[in-house]
Amino acid sequence: MNPRKTITAALPFLVVTFSLEALVRAGWIKAFLVPPPSAVFATILRDWPELLTALAKTSAGTLLGFALSTFAGIAIAIFLSSSRAIQEAFYPYAVFFQTVPIIAIAPLLVIWFGYGMRTVVASAFIVSIFPVIANTLNGILSTDPALRDLFRLYGASPAVTLWKLRFPAALPQILTGVRVAGGLAVIGAIVGEFIGGQGLGSVIDIARTQQRTDKVFAAVLLASALGLAIFGAINVISRVLLRRWHVSENA
Amino acid sequence: MGTGRGVALHLDQVRRTFGDLVVIDGMSLDIAAGEFLAILGPSGCGKSTLLRILARLNQPDRGTLTIAPSDSGFQTSYVFQDAHLLPWLTVRQNTALPLELTGVNPAEHAARVTRVLSEVGLADAESRYPAELSGGMRMRVSLARALVTEPRLLLLDEPFAALDEITRFRLESRLRELWLERGMTVVLVTHSITEAAFLANRAIVLSRRACHIRLDRRLPLPEVRDDSLRLSPQLAAETHRLLLAMEEEA
Repeated sequence: MNPRKTITAALPFLVVTFSLEALVRAGWIKAFLVPPPSAVFATILRDWPELLTALAKTSAGTLLGFALSTFAGIAIAIFLSSSRAIQEAFYPYAVFFQTVPIIAIAPLLVIWFGYGMRTVVASAFIVSIFPVIANTLNGILSTDPALRDLFRLYGASPAVTLWKLRFPAALPQILTGVRVAGGLAVIGAIVGEFIGGQGLGSVIDIARTQQRTDKVFAAVLLASALGLAIFGAINVISRVLLRRWHVSENA
Repeated sequence: MGTGRGVALHLDQVRRTFGDLVVIDGMSLDIAAGEFLAILGPSGCGKSTLLRILARLNQPDRGTLTIAPSDSGFQTSYVFQDAHLLPWLTVRQNTALPLELTGVNPAEHAARVTRVLSEVGLADAESRYPAELSGGMRMRVSLARALVTEPRLLLLDEPFAALDEITRFRLESRLRELWLERGMTVVLVTHSITEAAFLANRAIVLSRRACHIRLDRRLPLPEVRDDSLRLSPQLAAETHRLLLAMEEEA
């Protein structure tokens, strides 16, 4: 990102932050409902060791779940793309992952996986796999028919066609799915932590019961920062991968 | 005519439908080895389907396609209306793709790719990506990719339709030269009557419906054709003859 864009993007954040501070200090918004930004930053500084430990846990759970959903999602999409019958039989079950109310089944996850990391990873995985499957499948199935003919003409096997044509051609769409999945994985991990009892989710849950809205906000900010970092990393990866050939990456 | 590397094709009473639509019916056609045949006809008359049958990408519902010599090992190449390159590969990698897919010994790749790239005038652009090329250059890569396997049958589906006229003239001349050098069988589907007359040794005009042959004409023009031919009365006369047959169909 260039400096001008960074400033442009930071501007709304600064405006909202300072307005909020002014509104709370003027007494128009009650501080126990929405803490002034200054209090949130003070909390981040004061509780930094605790928050950092929590952030590390949440990051680990998010990234594990996210990595699993990326690999499994791509593998499932490749499997689904292998025949129309397989798609018709299994795709509806893939949609299940998108519609499952994660907050409702999170207690079940604890029963299955116990308290701690495994529940968090499972929760992050479940909410983030669908966009990977859907986008990868869509990308693989929308390969240019002329190029498929070309590969056929040269006697390429389905496996070679998948590896040399369909998969690379689908890469822009796969990366779009992965980008969406990254944000969802953070949400899934936090929900898992509400029930599974660790990381930022747990910090939020405890601070909430103590009416510590400043701490809730501090944890929420850190969770958002994690989501943004994943988003940024995927953007960098997709720029490197697609730089030479895809219009979306041509400045 | 060429050195006889081309294959001969024989279509006998071929019929092809898509659902209720009869695209080709009762089509019989002989294409000699090493011939340069142009196929003209109104839009939607089944020219592309015919080409796909010759490429064995589509099967006829009825009738037969016979190819001689009948050894199955010969290479067919197909050039589409748009270049259809793989955007993540360089010019050189795109050109080498058919060699990779057909399992040609990798040690041979480099020399063959270099030769064919210089034949189409792309020697300086080999490390560029398709997004960095003009439309004419992309079509040259597409042509290089088709020629790199040294095909005995080259099928072209309106390959130059999207290009500006100067680029088109250059590529047409180059294609004719390459055909003379290599002696492959070429079947060209085109909308352009002048292109058909300039390039081919024989042109057929198809009817609007079911691919009936309205006109089948040998073009009595010199073997070696350059831009001076474009202004010649012979070419104008041949173009006119094809035009009249097309107009009967329009």
